[in-house]
Amino acid sequence: MNGNLDALTTIFTEFYYWVTVVFMFLIHVGFCMYEVGASRRRNHMHTLMKNVMVIPLVTVTFFFFGWWIYWAFPMFPFFGGLNHEMGNANLPWSPTMGTNLGDHITGVFWAAFLLFSWTAASIVSGSVIERIRSSALWVHAVLIGSVWWIIDAAWGWHYGGWMVKYLGYHDAYASGVIHAIAGGYALGVIMVLGPRIGKFAADGTPRDIPPHNPWMLTIGIFLIYTGFWGFYAACNVPLISPEVIGGQITGTTWTATNIYLAPTSLSAITFNFLMSLSGGLMAAYVVSKGDAFWTFSGGLAGIITASAGNDLYHPIQAMLVGAVGVVIVYKLHYWVERRFKLDDAVGAVAVHGYSGVVGLILAGFILWGAPSSPFEGYATVNPLGQTLGAVIMFFCLGFLPAFIVSKMQAAAGVLRIPVEVELQGLDYAEHHAYEDAIVQVIEADKAYLSAKATPAE
Amino acid sequence: MSTIGYESWAVDLADVGAIYPFQGWEIPMTVVGVIFWLAWHRIQFVREGEHLEQARKMGDPEKVRKHLDRY
Repeated sequence: MNGNLDALTTIFTEFYYWVTVVFMFLIHVGFCMYEVGASRRRNHMHTLMKNVMVIPLVTVTFFFFGWWIYWAFPMFPFFGGLNHEMGNANLPWSPTMGTNLGDHITGVFWAAFLLFSWTAASIVSGSVIERIRSSALWVHAVLIGSVWWIIDAAWGWHYGGWMVKYLGYHDAYASGVIHAIAGGYALGVIMVLGPRIGKFAADGTPRDIPPHNPWMLTIGIFLIYTGFWGFYAACNVPLISPEVIGGQITGTTWTATNIYLAPTSLSAITFNFLMSLSGGLMAAYVVSKGDAFWTFSGGLAGIITASAGNDLYHPIQAMLVGAVGVVIVYKLHYWVERRFKLDDAVGAVAVHGYSGVVGLILAGFILWGAPSSPFEGYATVNPLGQTLGAVIMFFCLGFLPAFIVSKMQAAAGVLRIPVEVELQGLDYAEHHAYEDAIVQVIEADKAYLSAKATPAE
Repeated sequence: MSTIGYESWAVDLADVGAIYPFQGWEIPMTVVGVIFWLAWHRIQFVREGEHLEQARKMGDPEKVRKHLDRY
C-alpha cells in the first residue's frame, strides 16, 4: 500500500466486502428456514442438513478450484486459452490464498463470490426437497456452486469475459449468472428426479402441497431479502479511480462500479433494489389474488428480474420491470407444472430461473446501445446478446449439465430415495429413536420417583 | 526457528507477505485437503446407502400413519 489514500481505500474495500459477506449469510439462513417451512414434519432434519452441508462442501471446493476457474476462464475455451497469469495467482497454493499482509483483498473478494456460490447451490436444494438423496444433491451443489456458475461468471460477469466483450452481455446484479443458471439447473434435476408422491392426481391434475409452517417461510424469505441487500453491495467495486480502472473514463473522479468496472453508485442500486422489490410484490399480489406464498416470492422475483440492469435503470423502470417479470413468471410456472408434470417444491425454477431469463432479455431492450464496459472494443448492450446470454445461462450451463448428471445418477440408482422411505419420512429413524428415548426417560424418572421420593406431608 | 518465517515483528510490514506456517508446503496441503473432501463424499455416500436400505424395511405401518396424519 503506497501512501495513506491507498491504505485507506484498501482497508475500506476490505471491510466493505467483509460486511457484504456477513449480510449474505442471511440468504442461506433464509433458504434453510424456507426449505424447512415448506417441507413436512417427517422430513425436517434431513431437509435442513441437506442445505446446511452445502456450506462446507461448496466452500472447500470453491477454494480448491472454483476461484481459479473465475480468473482462468474469461476467454476459455472459445476465444483463447486459460489465463494462467491471473489463474495461477488464485490457485489454492498461491501465497495470496492465505494469511498474507501484502494482500488485503483476495480473501474477502473470494468470500463474496463464495456466498454467491452457496446461493446458486441452495436454490437447487429447495426445488428437490423430500425425495432426493442428500449424497446426490451434494454432488450437484459442488457442480453448480464451484464449477458451472463460476464458469458463467468468468464468461459473463468479469471485466474481461468473452460474453461481455463480444455479446455486450450486461448482468450487473446477476439475473442470469446466478438466478437463471440455478433455475435452469434445478429444472434439469427435477425433470429427472420426478414429483413427490401425491403431487399429481391420477388424471394428472397438480395438487398443492402446502408448507407445514407458513411463518417459517415468511421469515425465511424476509431474511433472503435482507441478505440480498448485501449481495447487491457485494456486486459493486465500492471505490476506484479511473486511473486504476485503466479504461476510457477520463478525468480523476473516483467512482463505485459494477463488476465490469463500469460506473454506478450504491445509492442508485438502493433505489432500484427497493423499487423492483415493490413492483414484484404488488404485481404478485394482484396476479396471485393475494396468495401469501406467491406475493412474498414475487418480491424476490421482482428484484431478480430487474437485477441485470439495476445499475443503470431509473427506479420507476426497475419497478415496472419487476412487475412485468413477476406476471410472466407466475403464468409460466403453472403452465409448465401442468404441461410437463414437474414438481418444483419451492417455485425455484420460476422465481430464479424464469425471472432471470426475462430480466436479461428486458435489459437488452431497455439498455440497448449502452456501453457494457469502460474498455475500448467491447460490444454495447443489445437484445440479441442478452437473449443469447440467457440461453447460455439457463440452458447450456444450467439445465444441460444438471439433466445429464441426474440421468447418470438415476441410472445408477443413487438419485432418489426409496418410495417406502419417502412415505415414512426421511427422519423416521431419528423420530423413532427420539420417541423411544422419551418413553425410556419418562419410565426411568417414574421408577425413580416410586422408589426414592418421599410423599409430601 | 519459526514455522511462519518470522521470529519477531521488528520488521517493515511493507516487506511482509505470507505469514502462515509451513510456507512451501501449499501443494501437499492442497492434496491433503482434496483427499479429505473426496473421502467425506465417499463415507457419506456409503452410509446414506446403508441407512436408506435399512430404513425402507423399518417402517411400522401404525407409526408411519401417525407421521402422515401429523403432516
